Amino acid sequence: MTTTAADQQIIRSPGQRGVWAWITTVDHKRIGLLYAVTAAAFFFIGGLEALLVRTQLFGPDLEVLSAAAYNQLFTMHGLTMVFLVVMPIAAAFTNYFLPILIGARDVAFPRLNAFSYWLFLLAGLLIYSSFLLGGAPDGAWVGYAPLSTQLTEVVRMDFWSIGLQLLGVASIASSANFIATVFTMRAPGMTMLRMPVFAWMSLVVAFLLIFSLPSVAIGLFQLFLDRNYGALFYASAAGGDPLLWQHLFWIFGHPEVYVLVLPAMGIVSEVLPTFARKPLFGYPFVVFAGAAIGFVGFGVWSHHMFTSGMGPLAEAGFGVATMIIAVPTGVKIFNWIGTLWGGKIKFNTPMLFSVAFIAMFTIGGLSGVTHAVVPSDTQQHDTYYVVAHFHYVLFGGAIFGYVSGVYYWFPKWTGRMLNETLGKIHFWLALIGFNLTFGPMHILGLNGMPRRTYRYPDGLGWANWNAVATIGAYIILLAFLVFAWNIVRSHFLAKGERVGNDPWDGRTLEWTIASPPPVHNFDEVPVVHSLDDFWHQKYAEDEEGRAVRMPAVTGGALTVDKKTGGEGDDDGEHLDIHMPSPSYYPALSALGIATLGAGLIYLPWGFFAVGIGGAIMLWGLFGWSLEPVTKEH
Amino acid sequence: MTDAAIDAAHGGHEEHHDVKPVRKTAMWVFLGSEFVFFGAMISTFLLYRNTTNGGPGSEIFDIPFTSASSFVLLMSSLTMVLAHNAFENKDMRQTRVWLVATAFLGATFLAGQIFEFTEFIHEGLTLPTSPFGSSFYMLTGFHGIHVAVGVMLLTAMAILSLSGRLYDDRGLNVELVGLYWHFVDIIWIVIFTVVYLLQV
Repeated sequence: MTTTAADQQIIRSPGQRGVWAWITTVDHKRIGLLYAVTAAAFFFIGGLEALLVRTQLFGPDLEVLSAAAYNQLFTMHGLTMVFLVVMPIAAAFTNYFLPILIGARDVAFPRLNAFSYWLFLLAGLLIYSSFLLGGAPDGAWVGYAPLSTQLTEVVRMDFWSIGLQLLGVASIASSANFIATVFTMRAPGMTMLRMPVFAWMSLVVAFLLIFSLPSVAIGLFQLFLDRNYGALFYASAAGGDPLLWQHLFWIFGHPEVYVLVLPAMGIVSEVLPTFARKPLFGYPFVVFAGAAIGFVGFGVWSHHMFTSGMGPLAEAGFGVATMIIAVPTGVKIFNWIGTLWGGKIKFNTPMLFSVAFIAMFTIGGLSGVTHAVVPSDTQQHDTYYVVAHFHYVLFGGAIFGYVSGVYYWFPKWTGRMLNETLGKIHFWLALIGFNLTFGPMHILGLNGMPRRTYRYPDGLGWANWNAVATIGAYIILLAFLVFAWNIVRSHFLAKGERVGNDPWDGRTLEWTIASPPPVHNFDEVPVVHSLDDFWHQKYAEDEEGRAVRMPAVTGGALTVDKKTGGEGDDDGEHLDIHMPSPSYYPALSALGIATLGAGLIYLPWGFFAVGIGGAIMLWGLFGWSLEPVTKEH
Repeated sequence: MTDAAIDAAHGGHEEHHDVKPVRKTAMWVFLGSEFVFFGAMISTFLLYRNTTNGGPGSEIFDIPFTSASSFVLLMSSLTMVLAHNAFENKDMRQTRVWLVATAFLGATFLAGQIFEFTEFIHEGLTLPTSPFGSSFYMLTGFHGIHVAVGVMLLTAMAILSLSGRLYDDRGLNVELVGLYWHFVDIIWIVIFTVVYLLQV
């Protein structure tokens, strides 16, 4: 287990070490770290799949992979990156920092939080077990019917539909949890409009998931029934309409795009003010733009379907809605630029990644606006132009934002800094590799290269740019190996510089507590008086509005915690703070549901697994709802 | 922010004593999600309402019979309210009576649904008959599963109340199950109207 060192730093009380302590943990910080480590592992697996795909496309008529293997790899790459990397890394940040940023000691439902993690992990493992059980899903991550309903004798797409279903249950549970946390657990004085932008974006994302996931859940059930029980939802011969799948999928799928990117925007909105040493420009605009993206995001799904013949009225409507959603996004970009304007900018690694996020996301956003133009989109549909677009948004955008977050918050997680030189090498390799890989795909797409294509002949003018893209992909690998080494070196080899509570001269509540934080986060629940409260505790303004450091911060809730300073081994018992007790029921319930799901794939004889899984699930859920939250000592 | 929530945020002892608003918030959010879940199935049904693929269509519905079973289900919301009311008044015996009554009415509805499904299958409407059949069985089937889960929860609470272990600060409590139960009833009003009554 790679997180053992962090484990020992965070919790030292008896009975809290080892694997069992991690399985039964209900501490939002530990669950956040579990999400982070799991997402990192899947990131390297999903990256490897992309590298194999790129290697196959390096030159014309190559045969590095078989066509069947190629289909599985691009499907699993998309599935992995969306559901097993970007969503969980966002969940990692949200779990770890949402409660701290709003001044709470944990999320509203610590055990439900653990359940979400274990179900996510088991669903990921279930999907990946398909490689050993006859082949991975191969109908693309969007699983369009009727392709995904054919071939009923092969279970691959059942792994996909059941796996996504389980991931959806995990996400709904954690979203309800985060919403209840934000609405009911904020510290005194932490009004909604004093919450850090990252907390706001987590809230918007939770609402997006709550209202979008059920749509794809129904679609997945319908596909499953079509494939296994002869239902006719997508059978056009019987009058079924395969387009229904596309609607149900994209009503989820488009809000999902904002689910992936809004938390990254939240992180960038924390990083920029810290290193520009200025408050976020137009905070309410950034918040309301995020909320507006959430609302409008539900009204644009059909722009994924402009070539399906919806008719001019629907196409015009969805085209205009798509252009409208660019407005709040543009508002955010101008606010970020306004934040940087006139600031005393420190270009260290988190800042570099955040600035790169703005630039790359703007490019991706602009190519996105070209999709809103229906005649133009008809030409671009299912070409590499689309692949270029969404990688600029989700890699140059989302992933760069999350990497920025890792560099920014790593000292809070571990008490150690990441190395700046290695960080800058990582940054430049990633930026160059990324643009070499995905920049040329714009040209390839406009020259007509279809996406998900296994091979292409020579003489179409695609060979050179494909070679460039593949070289770029290997540079990205190099960049992230440097990143991995930086983390290993800093934390596991303990070579990172040790830091105190507030290494960046930060603005928000997490910098008021020890690094890593004690189990109960706050000895005394903070009382919040303004946005960026911690900053205002440290700085006053002179007549010209410049920040002037106040003599010394003493007294009040926001002082450095001397009892736990830098150690974080305090379980808070001496302060008479009772944190929720560890529980194995969440992991048990998740195991039951996952077993039940796995059984469904192999019905009828999988019925035994369904029965056993159902029984375990009931045991877990009833045990869970009947045990007290905090056991008496 | 309510006083209760401020108390909860203040932590310490109060934290795990006043969890009711927190749990209710999450329950409402979950039910919001459930509305989309059923909304997607109702949309599918509306799309395929007349796509009978040569099999039976909506003419096989027995409106008087389903009206009766719908009435039974709606009455169970009344008994649920009485159960919750008795629980708030700390009257465990009354609570138990009304919980059992609610579970019984729910089970009666389920029995009616099983009878109805059997009839339809005899008349040639199955899941693989037509998109109409697929969407009918999926929509009403998922609703039936929701009722069954509710009956299970109600029964479990009635049993727990015998040993005096029915608390209002645990996951399984009368108020939350009540919210869920009313939701299941409200969704049935929509399903009954859209599937059975709207024959345009």
